[in-house]
Amino acid sequence: MSTFLGMPAAPPRAPYGAGNLRGDRSFPKAAHDELRNDQLRRNLGKATHTIRAKRLAVTGELPDWERLRDAGSALKTATMNRLPDLLEELERKVTERGGTVHWARDAVEANALVTELIEATGSREVIKVKSMATQEIGLNEHLESRGITPYETDLAELIVQLAHDKPSHILVPAIHRNRDEIREIFLKEIPGVDPELDAVPAHLAAAARAYLREKFMTTKVAVSGANFGVAETGTLAVVESEGNGRMCLTLPETLITVMGIEKVIPRYQDLEVFLQLLPRSSTGERMNPYTSMWTGTTPGDGPQDFHLVLLDNGRTAALADSVGREALNCIRCSACLNVCPVYERAGGHAYGSTYPGPIGAVLTPQLAGMHAAKDDPNSSLPYASSLCGACFDACPVKIDIPSLLVELRHQKTEESGTTAEKLAMKAAAGVMKRPKVYTAAQNAARLGRVAGGRSGTISHLPPPFNGWSESRDTPVPPRHTFRSWLASDEGTAALRDAAAEGARQRAAAPETPDTPEEDR
Amino acid sequence: MRIGLFATCLGDTLFPDAVKATALLLTRLGHEVVFPPEQTCCGQMHVNTGYQREPVPLVRGFAEQFGDASIEAVVMPSGSCAGSVRHQHEIVAARYGDAALRSGVATVKEKTYELSELLVDVLGVTDVGAYFPHRVTYHPTCHSLRMLRVGEKPLRLLRAVEDIDLVELPEADSCCGFGGTFAVKNADTSTAMLHDKVGHITATGADICAAGDSSCLMHIGGGLSRIRSGTRTLHLAQILAATRTAPYVPTEAVR
Repeated sequence: MSTFLGMPAAPPRAPYGAGNLRGDRSFPKAAHDELRNDQLRRNLGKATHTIRAKRLAVTGELPDWERLRDAGSALKTATMNRLPDLLEELERKVTERGGTVHWARDAVEANALVTELIEATGSREVIKVKSMATQEIGLNEHLESRGITPYETDLAELIVQLAHDKPSHILVPAIHRNRDEIREIFLKEIPGVDPELDAVPAHLAAAARAYLREKFMTTKVAVSGANFGVAETGTLAVVESEGNGRMCLTLPETLITVMGIEKVIPRYQDLEVFLQLLPRSSTGERMNPYTSMWTGTTPGDGPQDFHLVLLDNGRTAALADSVGREALNCIRCSACLNVCPVYERAGGHAYGSTYPGPIGAVLTPQLAGMHAAKDDPNSSLPYASSLCGACFDACPVKIDIPSLLVELRHQKTEESGTTAEKLAMKAAAGVMKRPKVYTAAQNAARLGRVAGGRSGTISHLPPPFNGWSESRDTPVPPRHTFRSWLASDEGTAALRDAAAEGARQRAAAPETPDTPEEDR
Repeated sequence: MRIGLFATCLGDTLFPDAVKATALLLTRLGHEVVFPPEQTCCGQMHVNTGYQREPVPLVRGFAEQFGDASIEAVVMPSGSCAGSVRHQHEIVAARYGDAALRSGVATVKEKTYELSELLVDVLGVTDVGAYFPHRVTYHPTCHSLRMLRVGEKPLRLLRAVEDIDLVELPEADSCCGFGGTFAVKNADTSTAMLHDKVGHITATGADICAAGDSSCLMHIGGGLSRIRSGTRTLHLAQILAATRTAPYVPTEAVR
């Protein structure tokens, strides 16, 4: 028996089985299939390359870009260090200005709260601003189960919704669809659409506009997320490109905003930093077309009934992790997705979560855990990276994603008990820490030369290395290790010759040290 | 200068020519190369796969073997192993080590360099007197580029090589897909990345794809060999070690 005298309980993760923070299979299995989707591969390759170039152009033109990143990082870290105070300040300010604040521990509570609020208005329809938080909690699915129809109004989210599909990118949720597919979806799913509709992007947009305009004019309730919530003033902010969000935020009678608790920022002035970082990192634009901000309610102007739902859903659990909490600094720009070689090939659906890509691989396991089920798909996410580091370089708030991935891998192995991999790692370390055993193992490895035959390469390896050998040859171990060469007469002679040649070269050319400075 | 050479487990066992070249190059430049015989592995594979307890003896071993003050610098022909020593050993030591280990790790990391850093930053040389009359393209490797920030140093060294035909690699800074156990655990995604890298390399028409890390080269070379591309991989050190009197001679046919 162990003694627990008031040991603190860990904050809860997002509950298992609710929301969209867990796929139904591991990343390697899902990626195996996604990689065969050539439309996806073409779209992603083209889109990510285009947006990379745009982002580099608009971040490179700012002389203080690196200092802006530092400021964004510092502001977010400072926010997380006093999150409870800031949230209470936000609640106070929103309430003072005529809004109502609700607290939701998880997806289940948030969905129930939002449903109740909609039902109280008597409306059976809601229009929606593009929002990651409501995707995360699976609000649309929940509303539909309660007989309420949600209409996504962001064009890409609308495409995804009409296709009964899931988003595959934080910013560009329908990145996996092309215009011909979109035309088909519209023809099938938009009531009364022109049957002659072609696949010209402007015509597709016009069809969506006609459909949405009617919803804007007739729907009395809107649901949104928030990019920022300012504690100092109680102001909420949404940035977008299309203006459909602005319609939702201004036309209905009731507005319900679901905001992750990490979206709070201390001061109004902090927007100055984030409104530079976000659009440049996100769409590669200097400024996004629409920035909507509202504070409580204003008589005669905009929604007269405003509710803010503050969502935890595993965020406090992430905050409790001294290393992992850095992931909460994310401002959902998706720059890391766009530079990630793994995301570029496998696509967003392979991650099984609302949050794909590098940030998703660190955020999802922290919000929803990695061990809620046997072979939890989330436990494969920290390994869905070659640790190339491109994400860290692109992140506008300097989240060290590669280090977080390594940290989560450690947490995964610590919680996994004894596995074949762990035994192999222990065995490898056992050999490596004893130089004599290591040398013996090196000698034994040379027996592998037989496997190479006359070509000197191995083309087939047994599991778990068969995936490797499907597309890569492996050289057989060479005749001599470095250390045996070094100890040999051949090695001694080669080093002596090299020293002699160096001496000759230096004697022939008078000393002209080329320092790094001169060379630049 | 008295330079400690860390061969890396991969270099010592599977790619000794790259380590030999490192030793020969530094010797030719007039330095004393010491090889602590107890050395084995830096533990990078363990840490990157999620195991931080198991490599503690490896981290301790590295700090002890190279901690001696008579060793003025430590060099290894691998950007990722140098990255592990500089960025991961202190994480392991902080979590599972004692005060002595933390202090040992902090001391040795300050004098640990990847080859191009040692040459350009510490030894102040870019023209190492090499001769290499072949068409070469250079893959910068992720950990050298983004973990160590070696920048243009390897290219500056290559540009100074006599008679080299150095051609630019398109999308050079994108990962080849190796990532250690990533290539085993996520072999499909890794293969997709490798395919693009191999395509860019063969498009240059280079005889040789060079890099500063034998692990990335093992991956790229494995892909080039599988499609019978006729392009081989070679460590940066082997190009820099080649001279008119001791030119580069392929030890085996291109795989």
